[in-house]
Amino acid sequence: MKKTDTIIIGAGPVGLFAVHQLGIKGLKSIVIDNLDKAGGQCIELYPDKPIYDIPAVSECTGEELTKKLLEQIKPFQTEFYLNERVEEVRQDKDNWIVKTNNNNEFLAPNIIIAGGVGSFEPRKLAVKEAEKFEDKYLFYAVKDKEKLKNKSIAIFGGGDSALDWALELSKFSNINLIHRRDEFRGAPHTLSEIKKLEKEEKISIKTPCQLESIEGDKKIKTITIKFENGNTEKIKTDIVLSFFGLIMKLGPIADWGLNMNKKTIEVNSKNFETNKKGIFAVGDICSYPGKLKLILSGFHEVALASVECFKRARPNEKYRFEFTTSSKTIQDRLGKK
Amino acid sequence: MPKITYQDNKGNSKTIEVENGLSVMEGAIQNDISGIDADCGGSMACATCHVYVEEKWFNKLPKAEEAEVDMIDMAHEPKKNSRLSCQLIVTDELNGLIVTTPEKQS
Repeated sequence: MKKTDTIIIGAGPVGLFAVHQLGIKGLKSIVIDNLDKAGGQCIELYPDKPIYDIPAVSECTGEELTKKLLEQIKPFQTEFYLNERVEEVRQDKDNWIVKTNNNNEFLAPNIIIAGGVGSFEPRKLAVKEAEKFEDKYLFYAVKDKEKLKNKSIAIFGGGDSALDWALELSKFSNINLIHRRDEFRGAPHTLSEIKKLEKEEKISIKTPCQLESIEGDKKIKTITIKFENGNTEKIKTDIVLSFFGLIMKLGPIADWGLNMNKKTIEVNSKNFETNKKGIFAVGDICSYPGKLKLILSGFHEVALASVECFKRARPNEKYRFEFTTSSKTIQDRLGKK
Repeated sequence: MPKITYQDNKGNSKTIEVENGLSVMEGAIQNDISGIDADCGGSMACATCHVYVEEKWFNKLPKAEEAEVDMIDMAHEPKKNSRLSCQLIVTDELNGLIVTTPEKQS
Protein backbone atom coordinates (compact mmCIF):
# COMPACT_ATOMS: atom_id res chain seq x y z
CA MET A 1 0.00 0.00 0.00
CA LYS A 2 1.33 3.40 -1.00
CA LYS A 3 1.08 6.29 1.44
CA THR A 4 0.63 9.86 0.35
CA ASP A 5 -0.88 13.13 1.61
CA THR A 6 -3.73 13.33 -0.87
CA ILE A 7 -5.30 10.96 -3.37
CA ILE A 8 -6.70 12.85 -6.33
CA ILE A 9 -9.37 11.07 -8.33
CA GLY A 10 -9.56 12.49 -11.84
CA ALA A 11 -6.80 13.96 -13.99
CA GLY A 12 -8.86 16.69 -15.64
CA PRO A 13 -7.81 20.35 -15.41
CA VAL A 14 -9.09 20.70 -11.85
CA GLY A 15 -7.41 17.50 -10.63
CA LEU A 16 -4.15 18.68 -12.20
CA PHE A 17 -4.34 22.08 -10.57
CA ALA A 18 -5.04 20.36 -7.25
CA VAL A 19 -1.56 18.82 -7.56
CA HIS A 20 -0.20 22.35 -7.84
CA GLN A 21 -2.10 23.82 -4.92
CA LEU A 22 -1.16 20.89 -2.68
CA GLY A 23 2.40 20.89 -3.99
CA ILE A 24 3.13 24.50 -3.15
CA LYS A 25 1.97 23.75 0.38
CA GLY A 26 4.47 20.91 0.55
CA LEU A 27 1.91 18.11 0.22
CA LYS A 28 2.46 15.04 -1.93
CA SER A 29 -0.31 13.62 -4.05
CA ILE A 30 -1.03 10.83 -6.49
CA VAL A 31 -3.55 11.02 -9.33
CA ILE A 32 -5.82 8.23 -10.56
CA ASP A 33 -7.78 8.38 -13.82
CA ASN A 34 -9.70 5.87 -15.91
CA LEU A 35 -8.51 7.39 -19.19
CA ASP A 36 -5.12 6.53 -20.67
CA LYS A 37 -3.96 10.15 -20.46
CA ALA A 38 -4.33 13.26 -18.35
CA GLY A 39 -6.75 16.00 -19.32
CA GLY A 40 -10.22 14.60 -18.64
CA GLN A 41 -13.02 16.09 -20.73
CA CYS A 42 -10.57 18.67 -22.13
CA ILE A 43 -8.58 15.95 -23.83
CA GLU A 44 -11.32 13.42 -24.51
CA LEU A 45 -14.24 15.59 -25.58
CA TYR A 46 -12.80 18.81 -26.92
CA PRO A 47 -9.01 18.64 -27.46
CA ASP A 48 -9.31 20.94 -30.49
CA LYS A 49 -12.13 23.18 -29.34
CA PRO A 50 -11.28 26.63 -28.03
CA ILE A 51 -11.75 27.75 -24.43
CA TYR A 52 -12.05 31.51 -23.89
CA ASP A 53 -12.56 31.90 -20.15
CA ILE A 54 -9.32 30.87 -18.51
CA PRO A 55 -8.11 34.02 -16.74
CA ALA A 56 -5.26 35.71 -18.62
CA VAL A 57 -5.40 33.16 -21.45
CA SER A 58 -7.57 34.71 -24.14
CA GLU A 59 -7.86 31.49 -26.09
CA CYS A 60 -6.56 27.95 -25.82
CA THR A 61 -7.71 24.46 -26.76
CA GLY A 62 -8.47 21.66 -24.32
CA GLU A 63 -5.23 20.00 -25.31
CA GLU A 64 -3.16 23.16 -24.84
CA LEU A 65 -4.67 23.79 -21.42
CA THR A 66 -3.83 20.23 -20.37
CA LYS A 67 -0.26 20.58 -21.61
CA LYS A 68 0.22 23.83 -19.74
CA LEU A 69 -1.17 22.42 -16.52
CA LEU A 70 1.08 19.36 -16.78
CA GLU A 71 4.03 21.66 -17.27
CA GLN A 72 3.04 23.75 -14.28
CA ILE A 73 2.97 20.70 -11.97
CA LYS A 74 6.15 19.13 -13.32
CA PRO A 75 8.26 20.25 -10.30
CA PHE A 76 6.15 18.06 -8.01
CA GLN A 77 6.97 14.82 -9.86
CA THR A 78 3.54 13.42 -9.18
CA GLU A 79 2.77 9.79 -9.90
CA PHE A 80 -0.16 9.17 -12.23
CA TYR A 81 -2.11 5.93 -12.22
CA LEU A 82 -3.85 5.98 -15.58
CA ASN A 83 -6.25 3.41 -17.05
CA GLU A 84 -7.33 2.75 -13.48
CA ARG A 85 -10.66 3.31 -11.86
CA VAL A 86 -11.19 3.69 -8.15
CA GLU A 87 -13.44 0.88 -7.00
CA GLU A 88 -13.46 1.10 -3.25
CA VAL A 89 -12.96 3.68 -0.53
CA ARG A 90 -12.78 2.72 3.12
CA GLN A 91 -11.87 4.45 6.33
CA ASP A 92 -8.87 3.53 8.46
CA LYS A 93 -8.92 5.73 11.57
CA ASP A 94 -8.00 9.22 10.34
CA ASN A 95 -7.01 7.97 6.92
CA TRP A 96 -8.74 6.79 3.81
CA ILE A 97 -7.79 3.73 1.81
CA VAL A 98 -8.52 3.74 -1.89
CA LYS A 99 -8.42 0.61 -4.02
CA THR A 100 -8.41 0.62 -7.83
CA ASN A 101 -9.63 -1.97 -10.33
CA ASN A 102 -5.95 -2.70 -10.94
CA ASN A 103 -5.59 -3.70 -7.28
CA ASN A 104 -3.42 -0.73 -6.38
CA GLU A 105 -4.03 0.51 -2.85
CA PHE A 106 -3.33 3.98 -1.49
CA LEU A 107 -3.58 5.44 1.97
CA ALA A 108 -3.94 9.14 2.74
CA PRO A 109 -5.69 11.49 5.13
CA ASN A 110 -7.31 13.26 2.17
CA ILE A 111 -9.15 12.34 -1.00
CA ILE A 112 -9.98 14.99 -3.57
CA ILE A 113 -12.63 13.83 -6.00
CA ALA A 114 -12.19 15.80 -9.21
CA GLY A 115 -14.15 13.32 -11.24
CA GLY A 116 -16.05 15.59 -13.63
CA VAL A 117 -19.18 13.77 -14.70
CA GLY A 118 -17.66 10.39 -13.93
CA SER A 119 -15.21 8.09 -15.61
CA PHE A 120 -15.15 7.59 -19.34
CA GLU A 121 -16.32 4.22 -20.55
CA PRO A 122 -17.17 2.87 -23.98
CA ARG A 123 -20.76 3.33 -25.03
CA LYS A 124 -22.23 -0.14 -25.25
CA LEU A 125 -24.55 -1.73 -27.77
CA ALA A 126 -28.16 -1.74 -26.67
CA VAL A 127 -29.24 -5.15 -27.98
CA LYS A 128 -29.78 -7.59 -25.16
CA GLU A 129 -27.46 -10.31 -26.49
CA ALA A 130 -24.50 -7.90 -26.45
CA GLU A 131 -23.56 -8.48 -22.84
CA LYS A 132 -23.36 -12.25 -23.21
CA PHE A 133 -20.70 -12.00 -25.91
CA GLU A 134 -18.80 -9.02 -24.51
CA ASP A 135 -15.04 -9.46 -24.22
CA LYS A 136 -15.26 -12.84 -25.96
CA TYR A 137 -16.68 -12.14 -29.40
CA LEU A 138 -17.84 -8.55 -29.02
CA PHE A 139 -15.41 -5.75 -28.24
CA TYR A 140 -15.48 -1.99 -27.70
CA ALA A 141 -11.74 -1.67 -28.25
CA VAL A 142 -9.14 -3.79 -29.97
CA LYS A 143 -6.48 -5.06 -27.60
CA ASP A 144 -5.08 -8.04 -29.47
CA LYS A 145 -5.53 -7.94 -33.20
CA GLU A 146 -3.96 -11.41 -33.63
CA LYS A 147 -7.25 -12.83 -32.38
CA LEU A 148 -9.07 -11.07 -35.17
CA LYS A 149 -7.27 -12.83 -38.03
CA ASN A 150 -9.23 -14.78 -40.65
CA LYS A 151 -12.62 -13.93 -39.18
CA SER A 152 -15.84 -12.39 -40.37
CA ILE A 153 -15.94 -9.10 -38.53
CA ALA A 154 -18.85 -6.67 -38.25
CA ILE A 155 -17.70 -3.15 -37.38
CA PHE A 156 -20.27 -0.63 -36.15
CA GLY A 157 -19.71 3.12 -36.18
CA GLY A 158 -18.99 5.94 -38.57
CA GLY A 159 -16.01 7.67 -37.03
CA ASP A 160 -12.25 7.38 -37.09
CA SER A 161 -12.00 4.31 -34.86
CA ALA A 162 -14.45 2.32 -36.96
CA LEU A 163 -12.82 3.37 -40.22
CA ASP A 164 -9.23 2.85 -39.07
CA TRP A 165 -9.95 -0.64 -37.76
CA ALA A 166 -11.91 -1.53 -40.90
CA LEU A 167 -8.82 -0.66 -42.95
CA GLU A 168 -6.38 -2.42 -40.69
CA LEU A 169 -8.37 -5.63 -40.19
CA SER A 170 -9.36 -5.90 -43.87
CA LYS A 171 -5.76 -7.02 -44.50
CA PHE A 172 -6.53 -10.42 -43.08
CA SER A 173 -10.24 -10.64 -42.35
CA ASN A 174 -13.58 -10.22 -43.99
CA ILE A 175 -15.12 -6.87 -42.96
CA ASN A 176 -18.67 -5.54 -42.88
CA LEU A 177 -18.70 -1.86 -42.00
CA ILE A 178 -22.11 -0.87 -40.69
CA HIS A 179 -23.31 2.68 -40.05
CA ARG A 180 -26.63 4.35 -39.41
CA ARG A 181 -26.26 6.88 -42.23
CA ASP A 182 -24.49 7.05 -45.59
CA GLU A 183 -21.89 9.62 -44.56
CA PHE A 184 -18.83 8.63 -42.59
CA ARG A 185 -16.74 11.10 -40.67
CA GLY A 186 -13.06 10.48 -40.99
CA ALA A 187 -9.89 11.78 -42.56
CA PRO A 188 -10.33 12.20 -46.36
CA HIS A 189 -7.45 9.82 -46.99
CA THR A 190 -9.05 7.10 -44.84
CA LEU A 191 -12.38 7.56 -46.58
CA SER A 192 -10.85 7.14 -50.04
CA GLU A 193 -8.98 4.03 -48.89
CA ILE A 194 -12.24 2.57 -47.63
CA LYS A 195 -13.98 3.30 -50.95
CA LYS A 196 -11.12 1.65 -52.80
CA LEU A 197 -11.33 -1.49 -50.67
CA GLU A 198 -15.08 -1.56 -51.17
CA LYS A 199 -14.55 -1.65 -54.94
CA GLU A 200 -12.04 -4.45 -54.51
CA GLU A 201 -14.69 -6.23 -52.41
CA LYS A 202 -12.44 -6.44 -49.38
CA ILE A 203 -14.79 -4.37 -47.26
CA SER A 204 -18.52 -4.32 -47.62
CA ILE A 205 -20.33 -1.24 -46.43
CA LYS A 206 -23.86 -1.46 -45.07
CA THR A 207 -25.72 1.85 -44.67
CA PRO A 208 -28.05 3.30 -43.51
CA CYS A 209 -28.77 0.63 -40.99
CA GLN A 210 -28.46 -0.38 -37.38
CA LEU A 211 -27.96 -3.54 -35.39
CA GLU A 212 -31.19 -5.40 -34.73
CA SER A 213 -29.94 -8.54 -32.96
CA ILE A 214 -27.04 -10.91 -32.50
CA GLU A 215 -27.60 -14.64 -32.91
CA GLY A 216 -25.56 -17.46 -31.53
CA ASP A 217 -25.25 -19.77 -28.59
CA LYS A 218 -21.73 -19.88 -27.20
CA LYS A 219 -20.25 -18.06 -30.16
CA ILE A 220 -21.72 -15.39 -32.39
CA LYS A 221 -23.12 -17.02 -35.53
CA THR A 222 -24.90 -14.18 -37.28
CA ILE A 223 -26.05 -10.66 -36.78
CA THR A 224 -29.22 -9.10 -38.11
CA ILE A 225 -29.15 -5.52 -39.29
CA LYS A 226 -32.12 -3.38 -40.13
CA PHE A 227 -32.05 -0.83 -42.91
CA GLU A 228 -33.80 2.50 -42.76
CA ASN A 229 -36.45 1.25 -45.22
CA GLY A 230 -37.33 -1.58 -42.85
CA ASN A 231 -35.54 -4.39 -44.69
CA THR A 232 -33.39 -6.68 -42.61
CA GLU A 233 -30.32 -8.69 -43.48
CA LYS A 234 -28.63 -11.55 -41.67
CA ILE A 235 -24.84 -11.58 -41.91
CA LYS A 236 -22.56 -14.43 -40.92
CA THR A 237 -20.31 -12.98 -38.24
CA ASP A 238 -17.64 -14.22 -35.83
CA ILE A 239 -16.68 -10.94 -34.19
CA VAL A 240 -18.51 -7.69 -33.52
CA LEU A 241 -16.60 -4.46 -32.94
CA SER A 242 -18.52 -1.41 -31.83
CA PHE A 243 -17.14 2.15 -31.82
CA PHE A 244 -19.70 4.60 -30.52
CA GLY A 245 -17.36 6.74 -28.49
CA LEU A 246 -17.20 7.13 -24.77
CA ILE A 247 -19.78 8.02 -22.18
CA MET A 248 -19.26 9.31 -18.68
CA LYS A 249 -20.40 7.14 -15.83
CA LEU A 250 -20.36 8.10 -12.19
CA GLY A 251 -19.60 4.49 -11.31
CA PRO A 252 -18.76 3.36 -7.77
CA ILE A 253 -18.49 6.95 -6.41
CA ALA A 254 -22.25 6.82 -5.91
CA ASP A 255 -21.80 4.06 -3.32
CA TRP A 256 -19.30 5.73 -1.00
CA GLY A 257 -21.86 7.15 1.38
CA LEU A 258 -21.41 10.73 0.23
CA ASN A 259 -24.38 13.07 0.15
CA MET A 260 -25.41 13.24 -3.48
CA ASN A 261 -27.58 15.62 -5.43
CA LYS A 262 -28.51 13.88 -8.69
CA LYS A 263 -25.13 13.04 -10.19
CA THR A 264 -23.15 15.54 -8.12
CA ILE A 265 -21.63 15.44 -4.64
CA GLU A 266 -22.74 17.99 -2.07
CA VAL A 267 -19.97 20.03 -0.48
CA ASN A 268 -19.69 23.12 1.69
CA SER A 269 -18.32 26.15 -0.12
CA LYS A 270 -15.79 26.96 2.60
CA ASN A 271 -13.37 24.13 1.88
CA PHE A 272 -15.33 21.86 -0.47
CA GLU A 273 -15.38 18.99 1.97
CA THR A 274 -18.17 16.44 1.60
CA ASN A 275 -20.16 14.97 4.48
CA LYS A 276 -17.13 12.73 5.12
CA LYS A 277 -14.16 14.38 6.85
CA GLY A 278 -11.15 14.36 4.57
CA ILE A 279 -13.08 13.64 1.37
CA PHE A 280 -13.37 16.68 -0.86
CA ALA A 281 -15.18 17.13 -4.16
CA VAL A 282 -14.20 19.82 -6.66
CA GLY A 283 -14.93 20.79 -10.25
CA ASP A 284 -17.97 19.65 -12.19
CA ILE A 285 -18.74 16.83 -9.79
CA CYS A 286 -19.45 19.03 -6.76
CA SER A 287 -22.54 21.05 -5.97
CA TYR A 288 -23.18 23.93 -3.59
CA PRO A 289 -25.42 26.99 -3.81
CA GLY A 290 -24.41 29.05 -6.81
CA LYS A 291 -22.09 26.39 -8.29
CA LEU A 292 -20.95 27.10 -11.84
CA LYS A 293 -19.51 24.25 -13.90
CA LEU A 294 -16.53 26.23 -15.10
CA ILE A 295 -12.88 25.23 -15.09
CA LEU A 296 -12.03 28.45 -13.30
CA SER A 297 -14.47 27.65 -10.49
CA GLY A 298 -12.71 24.31 -10.07
CA PHE A 299 -9.36 26.10 -9.72
CA HIS A 300 -10.76 28.20 -6.88
CA GLU A 301 -12.26 25.14 -5.23
CA VAL A 302 -8.98 23.21 -5.12
CA ALA A 303 -7.13 26.21 -3.72
CA LEU A 304 -9.45 26.25 -0.72
CA ALA A 305 -9.69 22.48 -0.36
CA SER A 306 -5.90 22.22 -0.31
CA VAL A 307 -5.74 24.34 2.85
CA GLU A 308 -7.95 21.88 4.72
CA CYS A 309 -5.91 19.01 3.24
CA PHE A 310 -2.80 20.61 4.73
CA LYS A 311 -4.39 20.84 8.17
CA ARG A 312 -5.34 17.17 8.07
CA ALA A 313 -2.03 15.94 6.67
CA ARG A 314 0.12 18.09 9.00
CA PRO A 315 -1.92 18.31 12.21
CA ASN A 316 1.10 19.46 14.21
CA GLU A 317 2.08 22.29 11.89
CA LYS A 318 0.48 25.65 11.56
CA TYR A 319 -0.83 26.59 8.13
CA ARG A 320 0.66 29.82 6.84
CA PHE A 321 -0.86 31.62 3.91
CA GLU A 322 1.85 32.60 1.44
CA PHE A 323 2.16 34.24 -1.96
CA THR A 324 4.12 32.42 -4.67
CA THR A 325 5.66 35.76 -5.66
CA SER A 326 7.38 36.28 -2.32
CA SER A 327 7.63 32.91 -0.60
CA LYS A 328 11.10 31.43 -0.68
CA THR A 329 9.70 28.08 0.49
CA ILE A 330 7.21 27.87 -2.37
CA GLN A 331 9.84 28.89 -4.88
CA ASP A 332 12.11 26.13 -3.60
CA ARG A 333 9.29 23.64 -4.03
CA LEU A 334 8.83 24.88 -7.58
CA GLY A 335 12.56 24.44 -8.21
CA LYS A 336 13.12 28.17 -8.74
CA LYS A 337 16.27 29.81 -7.54
CA MET B 1 -43.11 32.39 -22.97
CA PRO B 2 -43.07 29.48 -25.43
CA LYS B 3 -44.44 26.21 -24.10
CA ILE B 4 -42.36 23.09 -24.65
CA THR B 5 -43.66 19.58 -24.04
CA TYR B 6 -41.26 16.90 -22.92
CA GLN B 7 -42.60 13.40 -23.37
CA ASP B 8 -40.92 10.20 -22.23
CA ASN B 9 -40.91 6.95 -24.19
CA LYS B 10 -43.85 5.67 -22.20
CA GLY B 11 -46.01 8.64 -23.14
CA ASN B 12 -45.86 10.59 -19.84
CA SER B 13 -45.49 14.23 -20.60
CA LYS B 14 -44.81 17.55 -18.95
CA THR B 15 -45.35 20.95 -20.51
CA ILE B 16 -43.37 23.89 -19.26
CA GLU B 17 -42.69 27.46 -20.25
CA VAL B 18 -39.15 28.02 -21.39
CA GLU B 19 -37.65 31.45 -21.84
CA ASN B 20 -36.65 32.52 -25.33
CA GLY B 21 -32.96 32.00 -25.94
CA LEU B 22 -32.56 29.01 -23.66
CA SER B 23 -32.01 25.63 -25.22
CA VAL B 24 -34.60 22.88 -25.00
CA MET B 25 -31.97 20.99 -22.93
CA GLU B 26 -31.60 23.89 -20.46
CA GLY B 27 -35.37 24.10 -20.14
CA ALA B 28 -35.39 20.45 -19.12
CA ILE B 29 -32.48 20.68 -16.68
CA GLN B 30 -33.83 23.81 -14.96
CA ASN B 31 -37.22 22.19 -14.51
CA ASP B 32 -36.04 18.77 -13.37
CA ILE B 33 -37.34 16.95 -16.42
CA SER B 34 -36.00 13.42 -16.26
CA GLY B 35 -34.79 11.71 -19.40
CA ILE B 36 -32.33 14.41 -20.44
CA ASP B 37 -28.89 13.98 -18.85
CA ALA B 38 -26.77 16.61 -20.61
CA ASP B 39 -23.54 15.28 -19.14
CA CYS B 40 -21.28 17.68 -21.03
CA GLY B 41 -23.39 20.71 -20.17
CA GLY B 42 -24.24 21.69 -23.72
CA SER B 43 -20.88 21.63 -25.47
CA MET B 44 -22.15 19.11 -28.04
CA ALA B 45 -19.75 16.50 -26.80
CA CYS B 46 -21.78 13.71 -25.24
CA ALA B 47 -25.16 13.03 -26.94
CA THR B 48 -26.95 12.54 -23.62
CA CYS B 49 -29.56 15.26 -24.30
CA HIS B 50 -30.81 13.33 -27.32
CA VAL B 51 -34.50 13.75 -28.22
CA TYR B 52 -36.84 12.74 -31.01
CA VAL B 53 -38.78 15.57 -32.61
CA GLU B 54 -42.20 15.03 -34.16
CA GLU B 55 -42.01 15.35 -37.92
CA LYS B 56 -44.08 18.53 -38.28
CA TRP B 57 -41.78 20.27 -35.83
CA PHE B 58 -38.62 18.61 -37.10
CA ASN B 59 -38.90 20.37 -40.44
CA LYS B 60 -39.44 23.75 -38.77
CA LEU B 61 -36.21 23.54 -36.81
CA PRO B 62 -32.99 25.05 -38.12
CA LYS B 63 -31.04 22.19 -39.69
CA ALA B 64 -28.50 20.34 -37.58
CA GLU B 65 -24.87 21.27 -38.12
CA GLU B 66 -22.50 18.55 -39.24
CA ALA B 67 -20.97 18.32 -35.76
CA GLU B 68 -24.39 17.67 -34.24
CA VAL B 69 -25.19 14.97 -36.79
CA ASP B 70 -21.82 13.34 -36.06
CA MET B 71 -22.58 13.41 -32.36
CA ILE B 72 -26.03 11.89 -32.91
CA ASP B 73 -24.22 8.84 -34.32
CA MET B 74 -23.14 8.23 -30.74
CA ALA B 75 -26.59 8.58 -29.22
CA HIS B 76 -28.69 5.74 -27.91
CA GLU B 77 -30.94 4.50 -30.74
CA PRO B 78 -30.76 7.43 -33.10
CA LYS B 79 -33.59 7.85 -35.61
CA LYS B 80 -34.25 10.11 -38.58
CA ASN B 81 -35.91 12.66 -36.32
CA SER B 82 -33.15 12.70 -33.71
CA ARG B 83 -31.74 15.99 -32.44
CA LEU B 84 -29.57 17.10 -29.56
CA SER B 85 -31.76 19.28 -27.38
CA CYS B 86 -28.79 21.47 -26.40
CA GLN B 87 -28.77 22.73 -29.98
CA LEU B 88 -32.47 23.61 -30.12
CA ILE B 89 -32.82 27.23 -29.07
CA VAL B 90 -36.28 28.23 -27.91
CA THR B 91 -38.03 31.01 -29.85
CA ASP B 92 -41.66 32.10 -30.17
CA GLU B 93 -41.88 30.01 -33.35
CA LEU B 94 -41.26 26.90 -31.27
CA ASN B 95 -44.23 27.52 -28.99
CA GLY B 96 -45.93 24.12 -28.70
CA LEU B 97 -42.86 22.05 -29.60
CA ILE B 98 -43.06 18.44 -28.48
CA VAL B 99 -39.89 16.42 -27.94
CA THR B 100 -39.70 12.78 -26.89
CA THR B 101 -36.85 11.43 -24.84
CA PRO B 102 -35.38 8.02 -25.71
CA GLU B 103 -35.66 4.99 -23.47
CA LYS B 104 -32.29 5.94 -22.03
CA GLN B 105 -29.50 8.37 -22.79
CA SER B 106 -26.49 6.08 -22.61
